Amino acid sequence: MQIVVNGREHTLDLDPGTPILWALRDTLGMTGTKFGCGAALCGACTIHLDGEPTRSCSTPISEAVGKQITTIEAVAAGDHRIGAAVHVAWVKHDVAQCGYCQSGQIMSATALIKSLPAGKQPTPDEIDTAMAGNICRCGTYARIRAAIADASRSLV
Amino acid sequence: MLQDIDPTDVPRAFQRFMAQGNMPTATLPRRSFLKMAGAAGFALGAFPHAGAAQTVASNAAPPTLKPSQLPAAFVQIASSGEVTITINRLEFGQGVNTGLPMILAEELDADWSLVRSRHGTNDMAYADPKFGIHLTGGSHTIKNSFMQYRELGARARLMLLNAAAAKWNVDVGTLRTEAGTVVGPQGLKAGYGELAEAAMALPVPEKFTLKDPKDFRIIGRPTPRLDAQDKTSGRQDFGIDMRLPGQLTAVVARPPVFGGKLASFDDTAARSIKGVKAILRVPLDNGAEGVAVVAEGYWQATQGRDALKLEWNTSTVEKVDSERQLAQYRELASQPGPRKMDADMTPLASAPRQLEAEYVFPYLAHAAMEPLNCTVDLADDRAVIWMGSQCAGLDGAAAAKALGLQPEQIRVNVLMSGGGFGRRFSSTSDVAVEACGIAKAAKAAGLNGPIRTVWSREDDMKGGYYRPMHLHRARIGFDNQGKVLAWDHVIVGQSITTGTVFGSFQVKDGVDATATEGMRDPYAVPMRLTVHHPKLNVPVLWWRSVGSTHTAFVMETLLDEIARAVKKDPVAYRMALFGNNHPRHRAALQLAVDRSGYGKTRLATGRAWGVAVHQSFDSIVAYVVEASIKDGQPVLNKVTAGVHCNLAVNPRSIEAQVQGSAIMGLSMCLPGSAITLKDGVVEQSNFGDYTVARMTEAPEFSVHIVPSADPPTGMGEPALPPLAPAFANAVAQLTGRRMRQLPFAIS
Repeated sequence: MQIVVNGREHTLDLDPGTPILWALRDTLGMTGTKFGCGAALCGACTIHLDGEPTRSCSTPISEAVGKQITTIEAVAAGDHRIGAAVHVAWVKHDVAQCGYCQSGQIMSATALIKSLPAGKQPTPDEIDTAMAGNICRCGTYARIRAAIADASRSLV
Repeated sequence: MLQDIDPTDVPRAFQRFMAQGNMPTATLPRRSFLKMAGAAGFALGAFPHAGAAQTVASNAAPPTLKPSQLPAAFVQIASSGEVTITINRLEFGQGVNTGLPMILAEELDADWSLVRSRHGTNDMAYADPKFGIHLTGGSHTIKNSFMQYRELGARARLMLLNAAAAKWNVDVGTLRTEAGTVVGPQGLKAGYGELAEAAMALPVPEKFTLKDPKDFRIIGRPTPRLDAQDKTSGRQDFGIDMRLPGQLTAVVARPPVFGGKLASFDDTAARSIKGVKAILRVPLDNGAEGVAVVAEGYWQATQGRDALKLEWNTSTVEKVDSERQLAQYRELASQPGPRKMDADMTPLASAPRQLEAEYVFPYLAHAAMEPLNCTVDLADDRAVIWMGSQCAGLDGAAAAKALGLQPEQIRVNVLMSGGGFGRRFSSTSDVAVEACGIAKAAKAAGLNGPIRTVWSREDDMKGGYYRPMHLHRARIGFDNQGKVLAWDHVIVGQSITTGTVFGSFQVKDGVDATATEGMRDPYAVPMRLTVHHPKLNVPVLWWRSVGSTHTAFVMETLLDEIARAVKKDPVAYRMALFGNNHPRHRAALQLAVDRSGYGKTRLATGRAWGVAVHQSFDSIVAYVVEASIKDGQPVLNKVTAGVHCNLAVNPRSIEAQVQGSAIMGLSMCLPGSAITLKDGVVEQSNFGDYTVARMTEAPEFSVHIVPSADPPTGMGEPALPPLAPAFANAVAQLTGRRMRQLPFAIS
């Protein structure tokens, strides 16, 4: 099976039902994407599949064939302008505490801003709704809100 | 946890507990601090036996110094000038991997932009300097290691000065330091990186001078976390991210009831799953048995586990049922029992005003985002363990026992954790011991590589070690001015520390201090406090802020109720009770009141104020909150905090801890935030049926710190307890109903 992760092609000898999460973490050694619940309930494993925020713990690798997987390792790299802005805002607001959920938070936040028309900033309600699927047990929500607002402002 | 005790009790009890002289005694070879080979050396360079570090044998340290006082184990300076500071705690979100380096770097006079941090091990150097055991808990880190890290920095700085004096052949008194550089007469200058190799060959000075706190330039400054970049780019490795050559992953099929045994199992189908390497019958915590599936990766291991056919024997273990348990607790609450406090209860019958209340608090899971895990590399004569541990010494000693090795044959490498909140310090070291049992069984089965044992979310949530369920009952008599004449109080709940290393000094006369901390004080009310500790087959544990998770709720809602009953303002009422004896409480509450606009600002329609203040672990946090009701459910809109933690080492980190603790306190109030049992089986399994707060529930925040120069107290926990009662007090204003249980029940 061939999949594309962050622009690089990989051939994997895996059961097609293997969740993308474990292909990334255990087979490709890309551990930036986190295991939190295994049931699409916490958002820690969020990746982009053709740009769409996707819970990799509950999406089989077979669904990634022919699509582009983007992970935390590359979401702010290269010409990913929105991801880079989110990354900068996350550091500026010192969002992370334990940091375990933050890969997923950043992937969801980047997807939110990407989903809006260029130059449009998300409302507080839009931010809360888009991020409601990502649990942070350390409770960094106030800083995530501020960072998303800041990142989207910086892109105008 | 570990409040108000003689610190010398801890190592003594630890020694007794571990029995057979199993106290870990291994320490690092005592050298002065290491000069690293350069950036490439960092990954391996902490210890002389690790290979990559360039080490120079040095003079012995003064015999009067303890391992925790020697810079060797804590400071490394690379030739580039990069300073790596080892933390003697687990970093799991609370920010000590920035706070501790700030303290050391202050006295070292380091260039903060060149400071890095790393985790330690189970080496005795990394024991808590006050308690003498490895400990991340009780909000002790900054409180107990403030002077330790200042002194370490000051000693290391003096060694650098002495090295420069020798190099330039000048008197050390003519030298000074500025941000990573030693400056001498006639324009002489040398970076710490240039001096490190010579400095480490020098003796560790016994005498040194500490900075005048007015000269602090790092301590007290709001400082971004050192791990912010890594945690924002996927580069930060956690325990679960361990990847060693030849490593295999294990998951465990666990009995449905705590302590259950395996009756029989059929692994035929499981063995045929691709990637499955071994299926092993293993001992589990609490005398239970389980089946470990060892495979190439986590997914293959869980596939194998799902394919097992298992028969359990749970006939010999108690099957707890939450409903029956509540009835049992109510019955117990009516019985006489051991007293934590006593007072004359005669005024109760004749008091002009009476108040009776019963409170119920459920079991709570820690539910840290990173599921529990532990990696073990076992050889014949040693084992290396990697895990996020709040108690590396205890875990290492327990691992030694499980593996039949001596404590000095165990190395525990502490790894960054995705939260923990107490769960990574269990009294039985269950996570480490189980992983060691699996490693041992795997080795016996011919698998020689390292084994990473990973708990699924369901394993983690159903795995016990919960904040205990509690029942509180209060009968209070007071007068028409709100003066409490007698307060008869009963607490029923399992003891956390009975039977553990801490039991011998935390449990006195049948009362576990961790169940009653936060009761009465600082309010000088005549209280009789009776405590019952039933024994049940549900493992219990400390959970961020421990006893105060329930005692603060009871105290702060009842006092609020009394104040309202006699038409007194709840802030003024509390202030009057504090009098002049509790200036820190007063200051924290006043700050929250001032900054919130309480009593001055008119709230939007549909909103109400709620107030609470509580001391835990020597710090005080006051909340003034605004709440409302939406679709029949209470909503927390805004939180203003007043914090008194003495000297604020990193105000930015304190703000984060307040925000985070408040969110965790809010979680306790939300529908579904409870662990319940039916016929011995935990009913919840994942975030779908165990509620934790999400962003949609998060309030606005405004956090304010009372200025102080007194020795700092911790902030990892104290901002949690007062949140739920402040919220409940607001809800009572909005609905006329007092919240008597957590999570809130609004029907």
